[in-house]
Amino acid sequence: MAAKRVSGYRRADGRVGVRNHVVAIPVDDLSNAAVEGIAKLVPGVIPLSHHYGRLQFGEDLDLTFRTLIGTGANPNVAAAVVVGIEPSWTERVVEGIAASGKPVVGLSIERHGDLATIADGARHAASMMQGASELVREPVDLSEVMVSIKCGESDTTSGLGSCPTTGQVVDRHVGAGGTVLFGETTELTGGEHLIAERCADDEVRKKFQGFFDRYLDLVERSGANLLGSQPTEGNIRGGLSTIEEKAMGNIAKTGSAPVVGALEPAEAPVKAGLNFMDTSCAAAECITLMAAAGAVVHLFPTGQGNIVGNPIEPVLKITANPITASTMSEHIDLDVSGLLELEFTLEEAGDRLMDLVERTVNGRLTAAETIGHREFVITKLYPSA
Amino acid sequence: MGNDDSDRVGCLVHNDGDDVAVAVRDLEPGGVPVAWLDSGRRGEVVVTERVPLGHKVALVDMPEGHKVVEYLEQIGLTKCALKAGSHVHTHNLRSARWQRSA
Repeated sequence: MAAKRVSGYRRADGRVGVRNHVVAIPVDDLSNAAVEGIAKLVPGVIPLSHHYGRLQFGEDLDLTFRTLIGTGANPNVAAAVVVGIEPSWTERVVEGIAASGKPVVGLSIERHGDLATIADGARHAASMMQGASELVREPVDLSEVMVSIKCGESDTTSGLGSCPTTGQVVDRHVGAGGTVLFGETTELTGGEHLIAERCADDEVRKKFQGFFDRYLDLVERSGANLLGSQPTEGNIRGGLSTIEEKAMGNIAKTGSAPVVGALEPAEAPVKAGLNFMDTSCAAAECITLMAAAGAVVHLFPTGQGNIVGNPIEPVLKITANPITASTMSEHIDLDVSGLLELEFTLEEAGDRLMDLVERTVNGRLTAAETIGHREFVITKLYPSA
Repeated sequence: MGNDDSDRVGCLVHNDGDDVAVAVRDLEPGGVPVAWLDSGRRGEVVVTERVPLGHKVALVDMPEGHKVVEYLEQIGLTKCALKAGSHVHTHNLRSARWQRSA
């Protein structure tokens, strides 16, 4: 079968993007006001405000750097302005993004102040916006488009409809040579053996099991009752009773392909195919990590109606819950509730989602993009110094 | 009071061998058509209490401590004995993995 052709932005590092954003990245919480100031002066620039970046250390600091650099380097980003309070860490983020070959500048606030920094950043951003506006889409293979998946506010309709529909697309994309990321470590509890069985070799299996056991240990040591958090109150309202039941629906969206990689949070995959990433199950944290790893289109099955978006990665919502589809239609890209009434087959639902993925790649805005959902959340591993 | 849509499938079962079905619309007590997604089998369950859309119905009688099966996998343990047709949720089903989530 011939490779499916779509249109995308071929970046300097060879990777394919489906959006053409100019972003303003704060290295730390103190620099949020400056990037927001830049975005006010130059409409269209996306400020990626967040809460961290000060006095982090060790693995936690590495993850913040990896997230900021990966986000700037993501092929959906045409160019980036980086702002930090001091020059050293700012330069580290700039250098990381520059390795992707795209335009990036770094500004630090100390010895300049917010106002001069904003003025300087706005001039760079304006020039980047003009540069980005001249980049043109070109024909690319759909298999070059890195996809990520994560479901949210799941209910039993997720397991019956929206997740297996997503699984159809995952299998087709992986089958065509594409790469798909999934994560949500705790949410595999009760079905982790099924993922372990699908790991392509012992090395991947060992790594996956290591991530999983570490999370389970954290849960155990917390001594907390997770009912109400995992499953969430929304999950329970929608009929999910236990973490094991939720896991089975969750896993349905991964399709049936082997798991070829087990990745650290925000780590870019090296092998094409289905890759597991150690992530939280909180939607914004998870998608932020996956976008930082290079994913450019996200498939998000939902039951009760999670409304998350991402500033740089379009998030497509799929629901099989007819109440969600009718009461929250502005958040839903694809309604497959007909699956509950046996109106069409899972394969037909997969066809519909595949078509929507292609249109989204080609530029169609997702529901989350149209109404401005841009949640960008850094995963924090432990308290700062 | 019975269910108005007597011919419409009211519950779906993931796999032949599962202990529970999922209501695909709000169910009132009475006979409800059931469809199995894997085998295509059709049947009926007599629902004994109201079950909202998305919530589960027991297909078989289960003793206390029974390992409840859905997707052909264990999804938890019954907290008490329950009869076919009853609403299965957090009041009578708990995680076997996270013991504190009782």
